[in-house]
Amino acid sequence: MDTAEELAKQQRSISVAEFFEKNRQILGFDSAPRAIITCVKEAVDNSLDACEDAGILPDIFVQIKRAGELYRVIVEDNGPGIVPSEIPRVFAKLLYGSRFHVLRQSRGQQGIGISAAVLYSQLTTGRPARITSRTSPEMPARYVEVMINTAKNEPEIIREEDIDWERPRGTRVELEIEGSYVRGRRQSVYSYLKNVAIVNPHARITFVEPDGSTEKFERATERLPKRACEIKPHPSGIELGELTKMLRYTERRKLSSFLKESFSAIGNIAAQEILQISGLDPSMDPRSLDYEQSKRLFEALRRIKIKSPPVDCLSPIGEDLIRSGLAKEFRVDFIATVSRPVSVYSGNPFVVEAGIGFGGELDRNGRVEILRFANRVPLIYQQGACAITHAIEGVSWKSYGLDQPGGGLPVGPAVILVHVASTNIPFTSESKDAVADIPEILAEIDLAMKEIGRKLRRFLALQETLSERREKEEIISKILPRMADKLSDMLGLERPDISRVVARIMGNVLVRRDLNQEDGRLIVRIEIENNTSSQRSFKLHEIIPVEAEDLDPPARRVDMGGCYDYQWKIAIRAGERMVLRYTVKSHLQRMPEAVVEGLEPEIVTGARVLSDA
Amino acid sequence: MHDPESRLLGIARSLYDQFRDGIVPHLVLPTRTKKNIEYSTEDDVWVYGDQESVRSVKTIRGARTLLKTVHLIDLLVKEHLRGNRASTLREIYYISENWELAKFAEQAESDRLIEDLEIITGLQREDFHVRPEEDGAAVFGPLRIRERTRRGEREIHCQEDIGEAGYQIPFNVDFVEFLDHDARMVIAVETGGMYARLIENGFDEEFDAILVHLKGQPARSTRRFIKRLNTELGLPVAVFTDGDPWSYRIYASVAYGAIKSAHLSEHLATPDAKFLGVQPTDIVEYNLSTDRLTDRDLHALRSELTDPRFGSDYWQKQIQLQIDLKKKAEQQAFAGKGLDFVTKRYLPERLSELGMA
Repeated sequence: MDTAEELAKQQRSISVAEFFEKNRQILGFDSAPRAIITCVKEAVDNSLDACEDAGILPDIFVQIKRAGELYRVIVEDNGPGIVPSEIPRVFAKLLYGSRFHVLRQSRGQQGIGISAAVLYSQLTTGRPARITSRTSPEMPARYVEVMINTAKNEPEIIREEDIDWERPRGTRVELEIEGSYVRGRRQSVYSYLKNVAIVNPHARITFVEPDGSTEKFERATERLPKRACEIKPHPSGIELGELTKMLRYTERRKLSSFLKESFSAIGNIAAQEILQISGLDPSMDPRSLDYEQSKRLFEALRRIKIKSPPVDCLSPIGEDLIRSGLAKEFRVDFIATVSRPVSVYSGNPFVVEAGIGFGGELDRNGRVEILRFANRVPLIYQQGACAITHAIEGVSWKSYGLDQPGGGLPVGPAVILVHVASTNIPFTSESKDAVADIPEILAEIDLAMKEIGRKLRRFLALQETLSERREKEEIISKILPRMADKLSDMLGLERPDISRVVARIMGNVLVRRDLNQEDGRLIVRIEIENNTSSQRSFKLHEIIPVEAEDLDPPARRVDMGGCYDYQWKIAIRAGERMVLRYTVKSHLQRMPEAVVEGLEPEIVTGARVLSDA
Repeated sequence: MHDPESRLLGIARSLYDQFRDGIVPHLVLPTRTKKNIEYSTEDDVWVYGDQESVRSVKTIRGARTLLKTVHLIDLLVKEHLRGNRASTLREIYYISENWELAKFAEQAESDRLIEDLEIITGLQREDFHVRPEEDGAAVFGPLRIRERTRRGEREIHCQEDIGEAGYQIPFNVDFVEFLDHDARMVIAVETGGMYARLIENGFDEEFDAILVHLKGQPARSTRRFIKRLNTELGLPVAVFTDGDPWSYRIYASVAYGAIKSAHLSEHLATPDAKFLGVQPTDIVEYNLSTDRLTDRDLHALRSELTDPRFGSDYWQKQIQLQIDLKKKAEQQAFAGKGLDFVTKRYLPERLSELGMA
């Protein structure tokens, strides 16, 4: 039996819709909780793109309702609306979209997203999608119930009519799906929308959960992100295969005009230079290049320095908005942001922006939270497979002040936001969960991480001086006294004097006074130890009600009427020790504390400090 | 004075003296990482090298750890030694509940401090009346022992007087005396499944083997037991584990000592112990069913390449081969060739390669 022939008989063409019906996991519908998030995501992406295209500040309403065993997902926007004739195909034909062939940054690209959501709804519940859309206040709103004919990948209209709608313009999508609704978790509709709000601070998003509770993510700016424009591929980083394809299908008939017209950033001069380096005739037909010649052209494109691709095809969020987005949704002590210059991979321009929030109410012990965005769309699943995660893991965070036990993501109270914007985000799969490990992108994220890392380190260094002080307080006020107690108790010895150790640890000037009774006289011994890192000069006062004798070294005496103030001028170098002695004839009940004049109180242990005033 | 109490109090005394003399209190310990273990030609085992770390109250962590150490010494001296009581490692962790500032954050912390005290005093935790929760593992084979139990002495033959699970090794192996035996070798087996397989197939009788079940990473008592079988009875030892990086560490801890307890290597390690398998070369030679190495496995293998205990040509070659294969095999994978394959073919072949049968 001929197996190949047998197999050939079984083969038949399958429609795209059928294919996806069998592969729903690659579109992000692989689990019940995820299905709801994906439906919301696809609809919200469309809404944001539509509003931005039309220059409208987005006002998006998202509601999830329980409908018996099912959930109803409703997403409504104030966008430009969709003309009635287009509605069925936009929502119920896969690979139908306006953005696929255009090289500029947008959220949706392949035209699969919303139709896949419609398809999922249809597969799990058998219900049609219900769309309402209105393009202007002068027109009625169009209501359409539509399903996908999965064999033909064509829409099937179940019902359509003009209706009254309170919105002057906009689109409303209603899908019933089988799913399971999760609250609060990291991978939830709530956190997805929160992340959307962070990177789309120009959008207002209202979210109503199944239990009726409402969350409003207010807009932080009235400024629309700059509209991205269309561009041609950039020559640097283009691959040989792509170049050959372009050569073959170009409509230009001369190599020089091919170069100028097919690429961005190549003008007359650059084109000449490229042709010179490659040794190719400017007037030859691009389609006639053989492999060897294409390869030479390719090498030349790599070698010459061409100006960066135009930024205006990308729409970064901007450092200010990243900062306000983070500040809006997290309580932190510190935020740093960075925006990298535009870069290129395989001819596609891209830009990396990042922010870090640190401290505040963030979890101190867990791995840091990563917020990943691609063209302003939050990436929620497959964190471990994503270039953003890999680049973060590749940074040695220890040198920037975050722990990184066993490598991997750093640990500590931080949230790291990374946004990659590009005309063509290289995802690892159709479900657009993770950015692929493209070396150029990894390198840019790495640089961005190092830049925010340096800013974090500066902040932490400042904090450390303060917290070092606090920690030392804890050591001397709590730990050392307990240790001394426990040791003396265990050994049955007198409690040791810990003041010298304390001064050492604090890096302080220690003043320690020993009193000894001898033959009815009091022998006073004052030890001074400079544990600071520099020389210290100050005055030491002993204010006592009686006269002192045998002063060593001698001291200046000031009569205070009933009291004597003995003053020593002290100059002591870092790390040095000195001893002052004197005796008092009579028996003293109480010795007042020694007084230091001319040092800051924080660096003195064992004496009262006289303030300068 | 070498009794545990005076040695422990000696540590306390040195901290006390440091306070009194105005020296910032600290303890000096050998650094306990794989970078600081070295081969002792004297005992043929791996022990800690010369690198030392200082633990001082200057930092908050050091201060807390030293306070905990002082509390721990207090407990060991007053309750354990003077009160003649004993606690398990886990109980010590719970006892610290009332120590407020000195409370252990996790059991690993108290375990580590007890190891530190072993190192400083040169004693073993049994000397402080500290015992592990884990029982030693089980033994099966032609061996007669006498165990001193709290309820009198028992004579036990490790084939005839016990059930199928074998004789349970007590936590203090010094209570066991070897009376006589008909064994020619000791086979230490990682998994319970393989241990039971060898017993069921009568391997112990056919090959006059004492089987020791390691139960994963072997307890100290198990390693001590194997060491004594090797030195006191002069029996050769072979270690039979899964073929993955974690199992090689099991072998290494039997043969060379563990990084965590390198201070006890001379008591616990059996440098003569041979690695029986599963070797990466066996995966190829016997065409065993395998699993793919995970990233963690690969990481562990690479780390072993720089572990001085795996510095020999044999291990470098085997580990490199496994990294290239990207595969690992469990010892029970032999079942895929039939239940008798391991005892009829694999073990006899390997034992004769090792010169043990």
